[in-house]
Amino acid sequence: MIDYHFDWTVITRNAGFLADALLLGLGLAVASLAIGCLIGLLAAYARLSRWRLLSGAVWIYVELIRCIPLLLLIFFLYFGLPELGVRFLDKFETFVAALSIYAGAYMCEVFRAGLESIPRQYVEASKAIGLRPWQRQRYVVLPVMFRITLPSISNNLISLFKDTSLAAAIAVPELTFAARQINANTFRVMEAWLTASALYLLTAYAIAIALRQVERRYAAIR
Amino acid sequence: MTDPILLQARGVTKSFGGVNVLKGIDLDVLQGQVVSLIGASGSGKTTFLRCVNLLEEHDGGEILLDGEPIGYRDQGGRRVRLSEARVSAQRARIGMVFQQFNLFPHLTASGNVTLGLTKVLGKSKAEAQEIAEHWLDRVGLSAHSARHPYELSGGQQQRVAIARAVAMQPRLLLFDEVTSALDPELVAEVLTVMRSLAESGMTMLLVSHEMLFVREVSDHVLFLEQGRVAVEGPPSQVFDQPENERLRSFLGRFHGLFGASSA
Ligand SMILES: Nc1ncnc2c1ncn2[C@@H]1O[C@H](COP(=O)(O)OP(=O)(O)OP(=O)(O)O)[C@@H](O)[C@H]1O
Ligand SMILES: [Mg+2]
Repeated sequence: MIDYHFDWTVITRNAGFLADALLLGLGLAVASLAIGCLIGLLAAYARLSRWRLLSGAVWIYVELIRCIPLLLLIFFLYFGLPELGVRFLDKFETFVAALSIYAGAYMCEVFRAGLESIPRQYVEASKAIGLRPWQRQRYVVLPVMFRITLPSISNNLISLFKDTSLAAAIAVPELTFAARQINANTFRVMEAWLTASALYLLTAYAIAIALRQVERRYAAIR
Repeated sequence: MTDPILLQARGVTKSFGGVNVLKGIDLDVLQGQVVSLIGASGSGKTTFLRCVNLLEEHDGGEILLDGEPIGYRDQGGRRVRLSEARVSAQRARIGMVFQQFNLFPHLTASGNVTLGLTKVLGKSKAEAQEIAEHWLDRVGLSAHSARHPYELSGGQQQRVAIARAVAMQPRLLLFDEVTSALDPELVAEVLTVMRSLAESGMTMLLVSHEMLFVREVSDHVLFLEQGRVAVEGPPSQVFDQPENERLRSFLGRFHGLFGASSA
């Protein structure tokens, strides 16, 4: 028989610690998604540009990042960059940088497909009323693309939130790190991991539900 | 005294991948006139309209709006393409209504109308809103101004599209088969709006297969055939005494609506 006696007081005693860790993870995910979207958007336009060199460079970035494990990217930035003389990032910033670069590659593909799927008629209508090229992007193409790609953006946020657990590898005190910490200090293995898992699950689910609402709100297309 | 020429096309040519689609179109639209293009599918009607508002670049000849060449400027005898900003400014003076409505899907009816007013003409939000309400009312949709395109019927969407185009106070309005994508019972409401625009003195160039409507509202009709103007004249002449054999057979397809049709 398994002889493990649950003692959940270790969780209640550490509730504040765990909550902070959860919020930190969320913050890291949101920040990385925001920066990643920006990178992805610029990369998508670059990818579609007539400039072969630019679009080729972005293609290499996307393919490279998609083939490299995220943990390796984190280690490279955290341990590798200081060797190259880049020392101004702390571990939080390093992690956000890694996750943003990673998210950027995936968002690039999402946005590229989104931009390519915008029906030509909308662009022609925006030309016909006299909008200038950047205005056509700003007021017609991007808003429509945003609505088309919203489900993918949501999925990416959930996936990035789960990926924040990798920050534990460089001692960023997010949820996974916190759970391991509680383990180490109290030897309450099951309580810590079960709680962490439940928190990941609930949060991911909550994000999904919240974003479903946003999607519904913006489902003004078709 | 005659009205000034608003749009003047001279020898306009256009080819797609070596296929000559327009083979030298000449056409004048006087201020306040309604001019219509008719012709078989593939004769180049849409292509010509798209050249007028620069959705396509014509290859040869010239198109003048108020005497100013569209899309190009003359530099020592050479044609130089205008900058995108200049092209956009020229397009703002020409409105276009499309067969498929092409409303911006993320904006409400009134948002569709105000976008150009605020971003192109630089009007304030309040003023743009007022203009939008005026035109949505004119096309009979004041009750629907807060609706998105997907909440509107085809006929309503097309009327919003007309409001969007005419609110910009263009010099010229282009209509490309704007009732072809509509269910038959919705055609009349759109034609009514177009008729009232024509009566208010709007200069219009239209492509249509609604022959009775074309005959009723047009001052001048051109029959296009394989990229050329085969017949042109006032509607009474084009529709009632067509001398051209192919025009007769073309008109004959419209249920023998017109007296002189042969078959
Ligand atoms: N972008 C394009 N690329 C290649 N060919 C084109 C393009 N646009 C039009 N064409 C060709 O040009 C010809 C004229 O087309 P256009 O659409 O102007 O005809 P239309 O008179 O408007 O016909 P319809 O009554 O069917 O609308 C057609 O043979 C068409 O296939
Ligand atoms: Mg056509």
